[in-house]
Amino acid sequence: MTTLRDAVGPYFGEFGGRFVPESLVAALDELDEAYRAAAVDPEFQAELAALHKTYTGRPSIITEVPRFAEHAGGARIILKREDLNHTGSHKINNVLGQALLARKLGKTRLIAETGAGQHGVATATAAALFGMECVVYMGEVDTERQALNVARMRLLGAEVIPVATGSRTLKDAINDALRDWVSSVETTHYVLGTVAGPHPFPTMVRDFHKIIGEEARQQVLDLTGALPDIVTACIGGGSNAIGIFDAFLDDASVELYGFEAGAMASSPVDTPRPSPSAAPASCRAPSPTSCKTKTARPSRATRSPRGSTILPSGRSTPGSPRSAGSTTSPSPTKTPWRRSGCSAARRASSRPSSRRTPWPARSASAATGAQERPSSSLCRAGATKTWPAPAATSESSTRRGSSCDRLQYQ
Amino acid sequence: MIDSSTSKVSRAITARKDAGSGAVIGYLPVGFPTLQTSIDAAVTLATNGIDVLELGLPYSDPVMDGPVIQAATQRALAEGFRVRELFPAVREIVSQTDVPIVVMTYWNPVSQYGAQRFADDLSAAGGAGLITPDLIPDEAAEWIAAADRADLDRVFLAAPSSSDARLRQAVEASRGFVYTVSTMGITGARSDVDAAAATLVARLREVGVENACVGLGISTAQQVREVLAYADGAIIGSAFVRALAEGGLEHLAAVASDMASGSRVS
Repeated sequence: MTTLRDAVGPYFGEFGGRFVPESLVAALDELDEAYRAAAVDPEFQAELAALHKTYTGRPSIITEVPRFAEHAGGARIILKREDLNHTGSHKINNVLGQALLARKLGKTRLIAETGAGQHGVATATAAALFGMECVVYMGEVDTERQALNVARMRLLGAEVIPVATGSRTLKDAINDALRDWVSSVETTHYVLGTVAGPHPFPTMVRDFHKIIGEEARQQVLDLTGALPDIVTACIGGGSNAIGIFDAFLDDASVELYGFEAGAMASSPVDTPRPSPSAAPASCRAPSPTSCKTKTARPSRATRSPRGSTILPSGRSTPGSPRSAGSTTSPSPTKTPWRRSGCSAARRASSRPSSRRTPWPARSASAATGAQERPSSSLCRAGATKTWPAPAATSESSTRRGSSCDRLQYQ
Repeated sequence: MIDSSTSKVSRAITARKDAGSGAVIGYLPVGFPTLQTSIDAAVTLATNGIDVLELGLPYSDPVMDGPVIQAATQRALAEGFRVRELFPAVREIVSQTDVPIVVMTYWNPVSQYGAQRFADDLSAAGGAGLITPDLIPDEAAEWIAAADRADLDRVFLAAPSSSDARLRQAVEASRGFVYTVSTMGITGARSDVDAAAATLVARLREVGVENACVGLGISTAQQVREVLAYADGAIIGSAFVRALAEGGLEHLAAVASDMASGSRVS
């Protein structure tokens, strides 16, 4: 039986495919073939597993946060600590996998885009590990904002190229990385940092990150004896989210919620989870995924089961891609802590198949997570009140029923 | 190629081939530096010997374009250009010249606008077809159907890295001509047009191409002459954009006329 977890692309429902210049297709075919071989090659998998054990520091631990949970209303909240990986984020999972593949393909140079710098640091690290040349494209605005990560990449031997075109942020860095790749594809592998871009990138990035959820699922079972009611993840481009969600896609009782900072949306995204018998690739026309938006104004929120959704105000995520066709870019914010949507309802009152995370819609509207959050979280529902909003709301923010709030660092 | 008899572009290229040479195709973005000037500039190319006009649709993520065209299209967007303004612009140019107009656009704006609606509106405005740099034939079923219904040309790209099977696919999916990418790279003037272009045209001939037009890096009349020795058309972009940006319509006219001389049989 085909389940969503088995979907291998190039299409995921109406999303997926390849919307890139012809010049890149041969390289994508080569990569696809190499990846499919590596995916079933015990030697490759053993090499990657050994690297994760001795270099990344896997498995990453889970941490229960009782005081935070109490503060947030009482649900059991457990964090999956991808922040404890080498280089400080989940990005290394994917980067090591792709770097190994690049080496197999005989490529000697890695290029990457980066927003805040986490993916750039991870790529620079992998390039240093394997003795490869490394060039990281980073929006000029982001290089100024994230000078520390720029310094770190340079220290690792990478060349960081500030991108001054367009909005001078992440999407322009991706454009320049693609332009580089079109011209250098013979010697160069483009280490795409998120579940976007042309096939096979979404499939491959999902697979390299699914270890997050596989570990977390078992760790929570070991700790609590049951599956979590809810799994939440922050969404930039979606690699962190699909990494933890993937292992739970076939667990109908587990609700999945994605949170995206800087929402400007007027409506939440509600992505139905296909029934297990549904074919993963539908016959509908695929949509562009290569750093492009599917809709003019991408929705950037998740849905509250009760129909009420708390939306962050209209600010952009630093380094996040703009929607296509837009010619003005909201200025980035440095707002520290913000309350991001509350979304968990009691499992008993939910209809498991009806609400889902924005995945895979995210792959069409955003390219790469600029501000990757360190952890995903797993909640055991059971709380009866929410954390009061920092401003204005008080009594009204306390809702009946169970809820699971979560703070996001923006 | 499927029934190229209805293709205005194909007819224009054939006419130049019959005259013993090949076509010169000129690119300029619509909306740069202003909408009206871009219309006048397109007409200027047509009246100075350019055989086919390639009108670029400004887009925020032009991954196939080098710095000159990026800067121009970015400025057009900053000046407020919108996709819907393309169609009246095409109509206006068509009213002033018989030279066929193909629109060069990334796929996302067409997808957003609606492929059939885009095709119908372009056809109604008198446009001849689309060049789609990031739409490969594998993903183009919707566009091919829409273009067929609107009787528009559809130009796909062939690259030096394309396999023979992919070249055959590009030839079969294209109508009008096949955009032959001269080098592994992006748009912009180069001192030498890559030798890979001649090889690629020869490979396209082997799989039955009717018109192979070479683009990327062509910026002098001498290069036009060299390319037309083996190809059916030479595509010039950045050199025209730069001429317009630096010297206005008058300078553009002189540069166009010079480029066109590269296609005249001496």
